[in-house]
Amino acid sequence: MDKKLEKIVQDLQMKFSTSLEEFRDEVHVFVKAENIVDALTLLRDKYDFELLSALTASDYFPQQTPRFHVVYQLSSLARNITVQLRVAVNGDQPKVPTATRVYEVANWRERELLDMFGIEFEGHPDPRRILMPIDHEGHPLRKDYPLGYEEPQFTFNYDDIDLKKIYAKE
Amino acid sequence: MAQIEEVNVDQFRHLISERALTGETMLLNMGPQHPSTHGVLRMLLELDGETIVNAIADIGYLHTGIEKNMEAKTFLKAEVMTDRLDYMNPVGNNLAYCMAVEKLVGLDVPERAQAIRVILTELQRIASHLVFLGAFGLDLAAMSVFLYCFREREMILDILELCSGQRMMTTYIRPGGLWRDVPVEFEAAVRDFIKIFPKRVDEYEALLTKNPIFLDRLVGIGVLDAATALQHGVTGPTLRASGVNWDLRKARPYCGYEQYDFNVPIRTEGDTFARYIVHIDEFRESLKIVEQALNKLPKGPVQSENRKFVPPPRSEIGVSMEALIHHFKLWTEGFPAPKASVYSAVESPRGELGVYLEGDGGPKPHRVHWRTPSFDNLSVINKITQGHLVADLVAILASIDIVLGDIDR
Repeated sequence: MDKKLEKIVQDLQMKFSTSLEEFRDEVHVFVKAENIVDALTLLRDKYDFELLSALTASDYFPQQTPRFHVVYQLSSLARNITVQLRVAVNGDQPKVPTATRVYEVANWRERELLDMFGIEFEGHPDPRRILMPIDHEGHPLRKDYPLGYEEPQFTFNYDDIDLKKIYAKE
Repeated sequence: MAQIEEVNVDQFRHLISERALTGETMLLNMGPQHPSTHGVLRMLLELDGETIVNAIADIGYLHTGIEKNMEAKTFLKAEVMTDRLDYMNPVGNNLAYCMAVEKLVGLDVPERAQAIRVILTELQRIASHLVFLGAFGLDLAAMSVFLYCFREREMILDILELCSGQRMMTTYIRPGGLWRDVPVEFEAAVRDFIKIFPKRVDEYEALLTKNPIFLDRLVGIGVLDAATALQHGVTGPTLRASGVNWDLRKARPYCGYEQYDFNVPIRTEGDTFARYIVHIDEFRESLKIVEQALNKLPKGPVQSENRKFVPPPRSEIGVSMEALIHHFKLWTEGFPAPKASVYSAVESPRGELGVYLEGDGGPKPHRVHWRTPSFDNLSVINKITQGHLVADLVAILASIDIVLGDIDR
């Protein structure tokens, strides 16, 4: 691990009792959902992580519980280091506190996750779908959402097919 | 009038001001089919006379589910989809994806391939900036710049065609190297371009940079300060025009960028004109990199020899049983990747283009996420357009250089 990063990770571990994973020089820090806003604030204010490079999620259904991982990829311009925070989220009512107040870029990125994974961000100022149409049902990037090849839904068979759609309804 | 009453205000009620409800300000749709939104972007504008009170971007019209689609393809086959994201920068997308795959499976790339990757991505950056400049002029009613820019862009696309057989959507960069070596005509074609282009950049500048009408439209318009830019995750030329020296090619060099001598153009004003100047300066810097890389282009293979990940050349398949097996295995089953995730980022013409790639032990990606620069760059639009005229919105949109394929994925 990078020397500059070691101290920061230790600090995180002390304050939020995080766990750690390393792969090809990347550091992934697992944070509990209730601590994520504090952890992000600490990293931004004390350790100059000015940029939330990416905010995304991954679905491990059905192999793993908790089902989702929300991934925060942070960059520090001043120190030229990166760190990744991960939050494990349960599948039945996926909820994470919003990071919008720490990084405004989280606003659209969290809307994307709401749209694509159905992960709810508590306290989000604008919780609407962003890429899919607002009346779309289901969350496309979930693993139990089919990729395609299903019967097209027309007016005459709309209800029949709708009944068969077991996946990812709110 | 009936149509206006049908609009459901509830869903974006929290984004507009009170005055919109009393009819004091007007809600107006710009797009999704509007020539100056650079694709299918809908801007919902709240206007006080001709002044913008709020500009709400509505995206997703070009959503093609590329992230989901890539999960169903092997690592080698999924690459074809990467070209279609940011269609102004297909070579750069290939590079970002291939670097992520190489990082995930731990694959080395020969030096010659690295140098050719640099040459092609820098040429692609110039081509992308040429489209930026052309469309920028077009949006500000300077029609002729567009024609000049596309003349030079054609030269670059010809070079890409020479290498890969395709003008756009090249898929030329592959995990472990390149599809094949560049043809013999490549060097002469690039040298031609290097010789011609500096004069052409001066030509564009003569048309625009000191033009009083052009300056009136740009200076002091859409000012973005550094703190807001970082808060909104803005990267690339847009961030550098706000005075932040951040370029991944310098900060975290990849593909041997550390060997080349080039500057990162910075402006501090943060307005639309600064963004234009940064793009113009980047033409010259990119050309410097291309020239240096071409001058010391190393000899050698352009593909990794690791046959577990890189298909063998066609000539070997006919004579070697091993090669035939590898070819068959790679194109039917694909190669397995470890159950882990990597994040790898490159500097695209628009900013930090990051790929979050996750393997699950099988031959297909478990999850691919594209951190596309246009998405985050557009999210700042409401902040920087407030108080400006509708005509300025067109200039600001053009100056942050968005590509809707990049935003909607």
